Amino acid sequence: MNILETKLINKYFYEPTEFHVLKDISIKIQKGEFLSLIGKSGSGKSTLLYILSTMDTDYQGELLIDGLSTKGISNDALAALRNEKIGFVFQFHYLLPEFTSLQNVMIPALKLGKWGNDEIEHRAYEKLKLLGLEDQAQKPSSKLSGGQQQRVAIARALINDPLIIMGDEPTGNLDSKNTRIVFDIFKELTEAHGQTIVAVTHDDDFAQNSHRIIEMRDGAIKS
Amino acid sequence: MNINYQIANTYLWSNKKMTAVAVFGVVLGIGIYIFMNSLLVGFDKSSNDSMFKNIAHIRVFRDDEIARPLISSTSDATPILINPKVVPNSNTIINPKRIMQEILKIEEVTHVMPQVNVNAFYLNGKSQINGLVVGVEPEAANQMYQIEKTIVKGDFKSLKSNPNGIVIGIGIADKMNLKIGDMLSLTSSKGQTESLKVMAIFQSNNAQIDKYKSYVNISKAQSLLAEGPNYITEINVNTIDPELAPKLAPQIAQITQYTAEDWKAANETLMAAFKMRKIVITFVSLTIVLVAAFGIYNILNMTVTSKINDIAILKAIGFKGKDVIRIFTAQALAIGGIGVLGGMVMATLVITLLRNVYIGGDIGYFPVDYEPTKYLQGATLGMVITFLAGYIPAKKAANVDPVSIFRK
Ligand SMILES: Nc1ncnc2c1ncn2[C@@H]1O[C@H](COP(=O)(O)OP(=O)(O)OP(=O)(O)O)[C@@H](O)[C@H]1O
Ligand SMILES: [Mg+2]
Repeated sequence: MNILETKLINKYFYEPTEFHVLKDISIKIQKGEFLSLIGKSGSGKSTLLYILSTMDTDYQGELLIDGLSTKGISNDALAALRNEKIGFVFQFHYLLPEFTSLQNVMIPALKLGKWGNDEIEHRAYEKLKLLGLEDQAQKPSSKLSGGQQQRVAIARALINDPLIIMGDEPTGNLDSKNTRIVFDIFKELTEAHGQTIVAVTHDDDFAQNSHRIIEMRDGAIKS
Repeated sequence: MNINYQIANTYLWSNKKMTAVAVFGVVLGIGIYIFMNSLLVGFDKSSNDSMFKNIAHIRVFRDDEIARPLISSTSDATPILINPKVVPNSNTIINPKRIMQEILKIEEVTHVMPQVNVNAFYLNGKSQINGLVVGVEPEAANQMYQIEKTIVKGDFKSLKSNPNGIVIGIGIADKMNLKIGDMLSLTSSKGQTESLKVMAIFQSNNAQIDKYKSYVNISKAQSLLAEGPNYITEINVNTIDPELAPKLAPQIAQITQYTAEDWKAANETLMAAFKMRKIVITFVSLTIVLVAAFGIYNILNMTVTSKINDIAILKAIGFKGKDVIRIFTAQALAIGGIGVLGGMVMATLVITLLRNVYIGGDIGYFPVDYEPTKYLQGATLGMVITFLAGYIPAKKAANVDPVSIFRK
């Protein structure tokens, strides 16, 4: 079953000059798959990921999530869908600086409203522990190191048990030990819990050990 | 607490200085607004109070009539009567008892009182003082004009049992060196001379009036004019609310067939001055509130700009546009709410302070009171304006495109 599918996605930038950034992207990603998206800098990986995450709706072609087309769906409905079904780890911007690590992890669950406050706090704490950050839980997130922040962001992406976790270089700021930990968590999520991972990475090891690699070149998929 | 409000709360507390400045702006704006508008109410009340000590809400009298031709001419024909004059009618109101009963039937009317005005000279040796002798029924007159409150010597009530008594203004008493119990001679415009006993002396808030006005029993006024007990020059009418007078006057005119003049029409110039005062105070107080609103707008705009990353992240993890609007309008409303409360406290303090300031003269203590309607108006205005001042930047925040922020 395809959890994520694109049909002939094309995207252009018009500023400063017209630029065809994504060309006929058609991919199918299965439930439980651990997919690595690789390619040279500027090849369009982030741009594609923003479209897959439903945040960017300015493109031609079609995106299906969990078998449903996202065409014509309102922004509010897409936001609700992201909240419930998609976890996202960004390339640079991570956390809300005025909140503690724990609060940052809790926010998507508080928004979802599926669990009570205590349970959310417990879950958030568990996710932080998973990433080795239990001692940082009460620190304001602005006081964490870059790598710690990135791991808190990963914990936040996991809190609602999303169907799909997308990461734009989710291990970009991590040392090899922590990269290993994150990789193992991802693998576990896909294999034991049937969640799907789509991760942009420049780390060859990381990519080679995932289930599948898609390589992008100049906005197209290299087969 | 809903997550939106938790976030709003965190933002408010993490920017304590900015929040405090915004709150302070609202406190000042709303405080001054409530204070100035309460002051306006106080001014109006005090002016009205002093006015209604001398005039009634509505005055019914017989206006002079211009002679008219007996045969009415068609419009293009030469008028039969050229250079018409005032008909030399007497100014009496015919059948005053029946007319007063008719007026009293109107629901909004509280008091009806007959009055006879006599132009007279107070005689003091060889000098004469021009004056107005007002013939009244003492009890009714006191109810209408609150005369007893202005009495400085003697007893106004004793006028009723003394047909030859007179109550004079303090200006007359001073000029003519009169004490309670002294006799005062006066000559009416009809040439009748009487010698009356001073029963009481009043001091109104208008020195001019104190120098020429006096009260006598209505029967005495009638005899000063050499008229019988049915001679009434005007009927004074008070209503439950002076503001109703302009509406009721035409109705009374219709019922009575006499001229009915409301106090606003009788004091047009004064009303124009009041209106101007109202416009100026309203304009200034609204401007101050507006300035406070700009303060909030500015501060929230800055907050939105500095939180643009947060907004992008929140939208990415599933916050809707309306959630973002709530986060920022909640901040505005919290600032507005605290500011409005503070403004009320400030207004109360200033009003309390001024109420105890003695001005003297006609006014006495500073004429300002705690006006609940103005507090309510100020609070409503404050909340509406802060909501708007917060909504505009919030709307901007809601439209932030997260992808364009992440790309930076
Ligand atoms: N807002 C924009 N306007 C115009 N061009 C853009 C814009 N954003 C990205 N691009 C261009 O689109 C191309 C793809 O960018 P994208 O960020 O997707 O690359 P990437 O594969 O993620 O690279 P990296 O590995 O460095 O993150 C680049 O050539 C970039 O210059
Ligand atoms: Mg990128």
